[in-house]
Amino acid sequence: MTTLDSSNEIQKNNSEANETHNDFRMFGLITFLIADGMTFAGFFAAYLTYKAVNPLPDGAIYELELPIPTLNTILLLVSSATFHKAGKALLKDKNSDSQKWLFITAFLGIIFLICQLFEYFHLPFGLTDNLFASTFYALTGFHGLHVTLGTLMILIISWQSRINGGRLTSQNMFPLEAVELYWHFVDGIWVILFIILYLL
Amino acid sequence: MTISIDPQKTNNESLQPKGWLRYFSFSLDHKVIGIQYLVCGFLFYLIGGTLASAIRIELASPMSDFMPRDVYNQVLTLHGTIMIFLWIVPVVNGAFGNYLIPFYVGARDMAFPRLNAVAFWLIPPSGLMLVASYFVEGAAQAGWTAYPPLSITTPQSGQIIWILSVLLLGGSSIFGGINFIATIIKLRRPGLKLMQLPMYCWAMLGTSLLVVLSTPVLAGTLILLSFDIIANTGFFNPVLGGNVVVYQHLFWFYSHPAVYIMVLPAFGLVSEILPVHARKPLFGYTTMVFSIMGIVVLGLVVWAHHMFTSGTPPWMRLFFTIATAFIAVPTGIKFFNWVATLWGGKISINSAMLFSCGFIINFVFGGITGVALAQVPFDIHVHDTYFVVAHFHYIVYGGTVFIIFSSIYHWFPKVTGKMLNEKLGILHFIITFIGFNLCFAPQHWLGLNGMPRRVAEYDPQFQFVNQISSLGALLMAISTIPFLINVFLSVRNGKDAGDNPWNALTPEWLTSSPPPVENWEGEAPLVEEPYGYGKEFSEQK
Repeated sequence: MTTLDSSNEIQKNNSEANETHNDFRMFGLITFLIADGMTFAGFFAAYLTYKAVNPLPDGAIYELELPIPTLNTILLLVSSATFHKAGKALLKDKNSDSQKWLFITAFLGIIFLICQLFEYFHLPFGLTDNLFASTFYALTGFHGLHVTLGTLMILIISWQSRINGGRLTSQNMFPLEAVELYWHFVDGIWVILFIILYLL
Repeated sequence: MTISIDPQKTNNESLQPKGWLRYFSFSLDHKVIGIQYLVCGFLFYLIGGTLASAIRIELASPMSDFMPRDVYNQVLTLHGTIMIFLWIVPVVNGAFGNYLIPFYVGARDMAFPRLNAVAFWLIPPSGLMLVASYFVEGAAQAGWTAYPPLSITTPQSGQIIWILSVLLLGGSSIFGGINFIATIIKLRRPGLKLMQLPMYCWAMLGTSLLVVLSTPVLAGTLILLSFDIIANTGFFNPVLGGNVVVYQHLFWFYSHPAVYIMVLPAFGLVSEILPVHARKPLFGYTTMVFSIMGIVVLGLVVWAHHMFTSGTPPWMRLFFTIATAFIAVPTGIKFFNWVATLWGGKISINSAMLFSCGFIINFVFGGITGVALAQVPFDIHVHDTYFVVAHFHYIVYGGTVFIIFSSIYHWFPKVTGKMLNEKLGILHFIITFIGFNLCFAPQHWLGLNGMPRRVAEYDPQFQFVNQISSLGALLMAISTIPFLINVFLSVRNGKDAGDNPWNALTPEWLTSSPPPVENWEGEAPLVEEPYGYGKEFSEQK
């Protein structure tokens, strides 16, 4: 089975350089995550500016409760750890252990999303109620989209590791490493978001 | 996408169509993608140029008689958006970057060939969508800046299509930027050091950093703006408690670096062209590298100089004025270096050289008006007048588009194996240079005397100067004719170029013309001195 991956072919032809050809996929992903992080940075900057400049109008409701987001923070931090476990297990060729940890991670991600939706439905304000409500939903929604994508990708790579002949092995760690980096990134963004939106 | 084929045939050649058809395929070859970017960009340039002609015809008389006012607004919005996002950014980055960077780093392709093809194929659909929005319910009317509340109150469908299309083009630009950074940093031929790279690599590295750091902010901003339009939120709508100035900050955080995204690659290209045709090493290589990086860093912290009339507090004005004035230092260093490269050189007066010299003249002028615009008292006087239009076009047309043409004259022999006709090329240069200056130099005067931009009607006292400007625009439109004739004739019957018609030393000239599929027969050459013209070279000859 071969894929249409000419980059690998080209690299193999490219004399001694082929030793490092896996590395720059990770490099590309890191560059992409920096770009993605800048989108969040723009949102955070907008929110902080609103907070500094635009007063909440009289009678507008914008109150956030702490318990659910705190639980969500813990869920995501734990899921980062379980994902790390999955990588360690795969490195030791324990594919079924790795798959188990991946499932736990995806499960934590899904719980996070359910908690987030629960919070949405129980908040006293809607998307268009006032400026801060809109910013709240835009920021958490954009982050939730990232968590959704991440959870889907975790499910895909756990499917790839399902049997010993699957694509995900200790020789081919890239899919797992890439999704893991993305997942840690999404976690990190959540921690910043939690501090800025809920604690400040 | 998994296809089982004979592993020995798993390369570009066996999968791609041959001949001209490959330019319409999802090709992974960086040279094909580069040409796709260039031709696609040029088609959009013709559309944008037609729109510009329509604007100048309208402005030949003080009344709005050629088209209704709202159509005028749509035309200027489409003109700006097409020229920036579909012509200059894709061509000066995507086209030349894709074609040249793998040669310069000694690779056989870009780091991520498939991402590269995806990045290109995002452009035609989003461009067509943008142009087609005119025929639906009217295109966007809020200018290429799409400032709210204007963009919220004008008809929605055109504005939404505009946002969608700019988001796709931004995505394309980010994918391209990631690819360039990875190619330049990671894919260099063993033995090739960073400080031995041709200057265009440095320019593209700096540009791509700006793309990766600033384009996502525009994407986020436009998503918020589309929420304001579709979902009735109030991020930028003062009626609902929002803040329009936040939009301006976020927008210019991208769109000021965007000027450098359009101009830095041109700086790189001119640094390739001048040494070849002046037969001298590029003057001050190290200072060139540091000034590019200086422009990248400063370019990220000057955005609010577009907003001096938006109620910015004095400390902010002070900071952004000083930061903007500082950019003149690295830019000035580069200009002195280019002049020093020409100084005492054995200069051949050909089309590529003429367009490069035209670039230096025009850009110095645009740079001087830029420093003037950075000064708050002056800026408040000429803000949103034709002075700004003139300044911007001196940078982007007089600067970048001149370099695009210069580069086409310079690299056409490499791409096709045929020379372009020099007489037609020089004719093209003369008409373009006269037409451009006739069109935009008078606009400085118009702006200083208070003619606002983006308005179809104006005070009759400005009519004569506007007609001069329109005459210049007519010349610019005419100037594309000799160019197109030249390209079509030369592709068919041009003089054979040979592998290295300019006796250049940069790596792309060390392979055949046109280059083979994977750039080199055998191993990539190690070029340690891309600008080693002069003594050693004459001894070799």
